[in-house]
Amino acid sequence: MDAELVIRDLWAQVEDKVILKGTTLTVRAGEIHALMGPNGSGKSTLANVLMGNPFYQVQRGEVLYKGEDLLAMSPDERARKGLFIAFQYPVSIPGVTMASFLRTAVSARRGYGKDQLMSLAEFQKLARAKVEELQIDPAILGRYINEGFSGGEKKRAEILQMAMLEPEIAIMDETDSGLDVDAVKIVAAGVRRMFEAAGGKMGVLVITHYPRILKYITPTQVHVMFDGRIVTSGDAELADELDRIGYDGIRAQYEQVAAEVAGEGEVRSAGKVFWVRH
Amino acid sequence: MAVANPLGIDLDQYKWGFRDPEQYVFKARKGLDRQVVEEISYLKGEPEWMRAFRLHSLEVFLRKPLPTWGPDLSALNFDDIYYYVKPTERQGRSWDEVPEYIKRTFDRLGIPEAERKYLAGVGAQYESEVVYHSLREEWEKQGVIFLDMDSGLREHPDIVREYFGTVVPPEDNKFAALNSAVWSGGSFVYVPEGVHVTIPLQAYFRINAQNMGQFERTLIIAEPGSYVHYVEGCTAPVYTTDSLHSAVVEIIVKEGARVRYTTIQNWSKNVYNLVTKRAVAYRDATMEWVDGNLGSKITMKYPSVYMLEPGAKAEILSVAFAGEGQHQDPGGKVVHAAPYTQSSVVSKSISKSGGRAGYRGLVKVYAGAKGSKCAVRCDALILDERSRSDTYPTMEIDETDVEVTHEATVSKVSDEQLFYLMSRGIDQNEAMNMIVRGFIEPISRELPMEYSVELNRLIALEMEGSVG
Repeated sequence: MDAELVIRDLWAQVEDKVILKGTTLTVRAGEIHALMGPNGSGKSTLANVLMGNPFYQVQRGEVLYKGEDLLAMSPDERARKGLFIAFQYPVSIPGVTMASFLRTAVSARRGYGKDQLMSLAEFQKLARAKVEELQIDPAILGRYINEGFSGGEKKRAEILQMAMLEPEIAIMDETDSGLDVDAVKIVAAGVRRMFEAAGGKMGVLVITHYPRILKYITPTQVHVMFDGRIVTSGDAELADELDRIGYDGIRAQYEQVAAEVAGEGEVRSAGKVFWVRH
Repeated sequence: MAVANPLGIDLDQYKWGFRDPEQYVFKARKGLDRQVVEEISYLKGEPEWMRAFRLHSLEVFLRKPLPTWGPDLSALNFDDIYYYVKPTERQGRSWDEVPEYIKRTFDRLGIPEAERKYLAGVGAQYESEVVYHSLREEWEKQGVIFLDMDSGLREHPDIVREYFGTVVPPEDNKFAALNSAVWSGGSFVYVPEGVHVTIPLQAYFRINAQNMGQFERTLIIAEPGSYVHYVEGCTAPVYTTDSLHSAVVEIIVKEGARVRYTTIQNWSKNVYNLVTKRAVAYRDATMEWVDGNLGSKITMKYPSVYMLEPGAKAEILSVAFAGEGQHQDPGGKVVHAAPYTQSSVVSKSISKSGGRAGYRGLVKVYAGAKGSKCAVRCDALILDERSRSDTYPTMEIDETDVEVTHEATVSKVSDEQLFYLMSRGIDQNEAMNMIVRGFIEPISRELPMEYSVELNRLIALEMEGSVG
């Protein structure tokens, strides 16, 4: 089946702090979702929880990926099944070259057995093609994972991994932040190409603070997150409106609805913001 | 298709625990006294001066106490060890003459990989004796000598007598004295002035007799402007009773010469590996020790470089891996005894499953060694709560005009790094392996290709089951 990621009423915390407070969202292959929201609203937490970062604890809710319980899978299992996240702050791993890392990862994704790797020739052909497509200096393959990379290089390296692993659901966690406008264009074009090449077999969740990148990757759906939940959803026009009224405008609507529905059990809305009490 | 077992070894033969039936021409009795030493010297037909040297060394050995610092050696029973075992009457002059069962053992160790390429240069010590040793013709034409130590003494007595015991005298420590009394095998390398030996000289060592000690003695002389890279790799079968390996390596690096000495040690987990390695470096000479310690019960090994004349350089790279029941106590010594000398020490240790690994080092700068530089860096990676790392750096600096730096880190594999690799589909075990391989990369990249591969493979084997 085509990939489908169904998130239902997800609550999660970091240490003692509850960050996700009932997030509900569905991303299907063939769709591009934009998840927007102010800093601290829980966007990155959602991305990390979906990938299985052990730093975050899920309290309740469920996530189904291709109909299976995603939260029961280890991170590597999730990745092998086609889930990918381009991290906002990728860590460095000294002494391990990007080439050896990518070859191991792509082999795992393609179902090679334990301790088996795709042939060097095949890997090099693939790596060269992707590096060129994304306009990255091929020297990156000989460097250690993220070691000494500039902010922009790290983001491009994440997209390179995405291109090579050919995910079915890809989450981009603020990939655009810290990139100049030319780099945003290149990254966006790369993602669009991957999406088109997948012919409806790939879904993307673009997490971003700024609408800028959405000019180059037109989303099919846009969601706004506040305080751990999605408070409004719409089409690409929502991003434009957000650009106009800003998060403060959304926050005012959100607070108005929140005050109205205190204690109530039904859906309310004010402007673009709706409230679903679970 | 790349596989995890590139040398084609049957990994089910766990950690080289196989052994051949013992076939000995001569077998000394256990224990050590004057008569055993006399007998060794007699059987080898040695000159009188060597016999006297051995007997003197025995006295030093008997007089000297065990070291009062470092790992616990109290379980070592000197009376329960064979001090000399000779597998065949004579030396194999060509590969064809090497006994079949010995070839078979090498085969299982994967040695043919290197042997095929460097057949003519392989010196292999087996059962305390070098059974095969020959040298490529072009080297002979260049005047390079690469022999086992016994043959070196026989064929080049004057050179041996001039240098033997001058870098590591028997009085140095108890185990140097022991080796000096009962040494057998090891390599003798002589590189004439200006000669660059382009292909590494390789020697393989292996213990294969119960309760047998192995006491090889290596002497390398690099004449001015010459270069040589000597490589030894050790693997050993598993035994139930304790074994002792106590080698001495002496290296003389003359003006402008460069010597690199690479070791991968993988003794079985019951071996006491107590080795004295030392080099002297003269004007503008460079000495490099690359030392990998994986096996053994206890390893005490502190490769040293004495920089005796201006411009001498020393580099020591060491990596140690200690698993369950192992105590790796490697390190290094750099002695700056002349102005404008430079040294660099990089030590990487990994401990898991209750193992102890660390670094013990000495930096000594004599007064007058002005303009000298020394950088020491030791990094420890601890893989679980039960394991331990110890760092004992000693610095004795008697000169003010020097630059000495020391950096030490102790780290655990970070959850962030593991998660990052796993988020790309790599399973936890392989992710851990990758991080460990990356940790030792500064050293493994200095190894010849097949050693680098073997080191990574050995570590992967040791890492098996280290994550839940």
